[in-house]
Amino acid sequence: MTKLDHYKLICGLEVHAELKTNSKMFCGCKNDPFGATKPNSYTCPVCLGLPGGLPVANKKAIEWTIKLGLALGCKINLFSKFDRKNYFYPDLPKGYQISQYDLPFCYDGLVETSEGLVRITRIHLEEDTGKLLHKEVAGKKVSLIDFNRSSVPLIEIVTEPDITSPTQAKEYGKKIRQILRYLEIADADMEQGGMRLEANISLAKTDANDLPTYKVEVKNINSFRFMENAIKYEMERHAALLEKGKTPAQETRGWNPTTGKTFPQRTKETAEDYRYFPDPDLPPIVFSKAQIETIRQSIPELADEKARRWQKEFDIEPRYATMLTANRHKAEWLETVFASAQATDTTPNQLAKAIINKKIEIKKGEAANKVIARYQKLTATDNVTEEELQTAIAKVVQANTEAVTRFKNGETKLLGFFMGQVMRELGKKVDAPALRQKLLQEIA
Amino acid sequence: MSNKISTAQVKHIAALANIPITESEEAQLAAAFSETLATVSELMSVKVEGVEPTHQVTGLQNVWREDEVDQKSMLTQEEALANAKNTHQGYFVVERIIDES
Amino acid sequence: MSQAKLTLKQALAGLEAGEFSLSEIYKDVNKAVQTDNSQLNIYLTLNEKAEVEAANLGNLPLKGLPIAVKDNFLTKNLRTTAASTVLDEFVPPFESTATAKLKAAGGVVLGKTNLDAWAHGSSTETSQYGRTLNPRHPDYLPGGSSGGSAAAVAADFCIAALGTETAGSIRQPAAWCGVVGLKPTYGRVSRYGIVPMASSTDSPGTLTKTVEDSAILLNYLAGHDKKDSTTGPQPVPDFTQALNTDISGLKIGYLYHDLEGLEIVNPVIEEQLKVLEKLGVKVEKASAMDPKHAISVYTIVQRGEVSSNLARFDGIRYGNDRSFFGDEAKRRIMLGTYTLSKGYADQYYNTAQKVRTLFLQDFERLFATYDVLISATSPNYAKKIGATEGTAMFGELEDMLLEPSSISGLPGINIPCYHDQKTNLFLGMNIVGPMWEEARVIAVAAAFEKNTPWNSWRNAS
Repeated sequence: MTKLDHYKLICGLEVHAELKTNSKMFCGCKNDPFGATKPNSYTCPVCLGLPGGLPVANKKAIEWTIKLGLALGCKINLFSKFDRKNYFYPDLPKGYQISQYDLPFCYDGLVETSEGLVRITRIHLEEDTGKLLHKEVAGKKVSLIDFNRSSVPLIEIVTEPDITSPTQAKEYGKKIRQILRYLEIADADMEQGGMRLEANISLAKTDANDLPTYKVEVKNINSFRFMENAIKYEMERHAALLEKGKTPAQETRGWNPTTGKTFPQRTKETAEDYRYFPDPDLPPIVFSKAQIETIRQSIPELADEKARRWQKEFDIEPRYATMLTANRHKAEWLETVFASAQATDTTPNQLAKAIINKKIEIKKGEAANKVIARYQKLTATDNVTEEELQTAIAKVVQANTEAVTRFKNGETKLLGFFMGQVMRELGKKVDAPALRQKLLQEIA
Repeated sequence: MSNKISTAQVKHIAALANIPITESEEAQLAAAFSETLATVSELMSVKVEGVEPTHQVTGLQNVWREDEVDQKSMLTQEEALANAKNTHQGYFVVERIIDES
Repeated sequence: MSQAKLTLKQALAGLEAGEFSLSEIYKDVNKAVQTDNSQLNIYLTLNEKAEVEAANLGNLPLKGLPIAVKDNFLTKNLRTTAASTVLDEFVPPFESTATAKLKAAGGVVLGKTNLDAWAHGSSTETSQYGRTLNPRHPDYLPGGSSGGSAAAVAADFCIAALGTETAGSIRQPAAWCGVVGLKPTYGRVSRYGIVPMASSTDSPGTLTKTVEDSAILLNYLAGHDKKDSTTGPQPVPDFTQALNTDISGLKIGYLYHDLEGLEIVNPVIEEQLKVLEKLGVKVEKASAMDPKHAISVYTIVQRGEVSSNLARFDGIRYGNDRSFFGDEAKRRIMLGTYTLSKGYADQYYNTAQKVRTLFLQDFERLFATYDVLISATSPNYAKKIGATEGTAMFGELEDMLLEPSSISGLPGINIPCYHDQKTNLFLGMNIVGPMWEEARVIAVAAAFEKNTPWNSWRNAS
């Protein structure tokens, strides 16, 4: 009995994603920090924090935030505002971050996972910070700062502590990323820092009803695998401490993928007093219910919905549907192929299976009939006479009497073997269901 | 609510505000604070039940911009760095922050 | 006469008529500056290229006239310090909207004027480059924070000047220096490119020799700016139309008539109000919310916003580090931090913003009855040098009569309303209107100016 059996995971996740608007959140600088060829080449008085710079909000970023909130089942605050989050750090040029405090754009949402529901506490919009690079220059340890990323629009999605396993955390993360990409509001590329994960982790006794008294924040996780491993590691670490009667320290930790361990981190934000107040430079945002509805109309069919519909409309198996709806544009094109297939002998599910098993190659955007033709060629059967078939079957049965006996005694799996043997004997491709039927007649 | 500020509180506020102060300044600041707080504490005598705060007198709402790049307002790298005392290959430079791994 | 003594209107008319040349104006102004600036300490930085810029302008309305600009407006490629050594060597890579509009209209920045550092004060004594002296009498202070700009006008070191008001910083130095100071409605002139003080009340405006000059300048400075989300969409009228408005029939509310501490100034105001009555205006004593509450509101809100606005000065991207802040700045930043902090924000910051609402309602009530409101600008004549030392809240107490209208975003003007022959010092009258009604305020001020002897630069009629 591992010590973990006594405990259950109480975990909440925070996801930050950079929105892929053309311009930054509060100024008209180009929003492409990863693509910039030089540091500090996409800045202006506003995002560089020069005296006298004033923020002007990016309308599209706001609409996209609401779009995401609606897609995740959130309620929308019809009256919202931006607040200043005040703290000092070299990558924060104004000495405050424009964010949202008590009236985020979205709240009270829900995400379904195979391991249960995860409630979304809130989604808010804020600006990203600059980037720090640690180097040694002229023998001194320094940090180099690049503000190309400063004021890029960032949405923050916060969940309730509803995550109960490392796998669920991963599933949740992947689902969020998929939705962001489906909505085409973020590339969510974790290697580029377009999506960042943070986990708030604690353990409670399996039969406990209250939330634990502590939580540990794990930051700077930039892959789903790292997140899964970090949570696993933390669970072990907490359990070991709890078994000894100790409570894990309430702190922030980082994940070291090389050692496979978390480590305590002095964070720029621990126990800070952010002195939030409404940003006097930005008027509040007020939406009508009708405007929210218009945004809702612009939400495309999401992956889950599409997969369910494919099951009904095209009779495609659930796991094939899930895999093939992962990428929106590919899925929308595939749908045209499946729709065309319905008028032929080839079923959408056959195509789906062949595509997933890489039996046929496909190129997104090509004509549906090309794909179908390719599949049909692959599975085309040659002409075989009844006589040829009988002869081949008789030969196979004769050469494999022991196997036939075993088959009659219940080893039905051997049917596949017989089919293969017949086809080899014939040297031709035969329609499989017909052959199966014939064989069963002969040997059963 | 006390209007007297201790030097310990002054130290804490100075840290929050990222203002370096000397020990002698601590006492001066504590006195100045207390004086100011005494003056503004009269505000507590004003009846504000049911009154909404005014954060902005303009009454404006929904002021925003279209998602377009404003090339004209962007600074070149040279302009961005021109007033910094410490730069290196296009970056601003500070002493190493110790918490990052 | 030295061409430096010309008003903006006179200079424009004279240049148009060929009575004198632009370079003659520059010669006289530069001579005055060369002679007296080191004593008066009005300019922190002079624009060496001013005359060249003026010569290369082409045909623009302001014809290249030399304008003094408070050193908290960022001027591209021209040193800007906000009178603090934190920005000692700062040369902005961009232009403030206000000075860009000034230049687009043909105004030339002659130099950057001294102020209380970061605009924190009402005397220029907190400037880290030394105080400015009052040109009317050098033993006295010019007021602040736009003390340098007010003094530049009074000393004829320019044809007109730009300043900013957060709570009294245009009108009070205008009163102390005996010049016209116009604080427009909050949101009328863009704050983009101006070192921020209290973001929710900062109003760029003008210091000028006459009311007409302020109307001329405001026409060019005003207007919605897409770079400043707090500027209003209101169209800009031609403010010079207001100069000859017949003001008879207007109702004036006389405020703070019974307030303690105004024993020197109120009798003067009451005497001068009779001039307006003779013009057909009705003057009535009116009661308003106690301005001492405005001091508290302003102190808390301003210091909170200041503590946040000055957080960007860390010496990394520009300027010197935070150890360079002067004492007053440190005090304000720290008090602002305190009143915004956990456990205190509710009783200080949030309460202050609620009382601010009460002031707005109070003015709404007053303007339902009155067209403009008038009071003394300052409780006293200009104070002597050294007067502000040792008081933690000198500025806020001094500006008590102006803070109610500042925190409410209302337009106001200071007009000289008395001259003491012995000291050569002035008293000023503060005229306040409803939001967006600069025209009304200008109309009353212009009529008063025309019918009284207090203006040092009488426009040739």
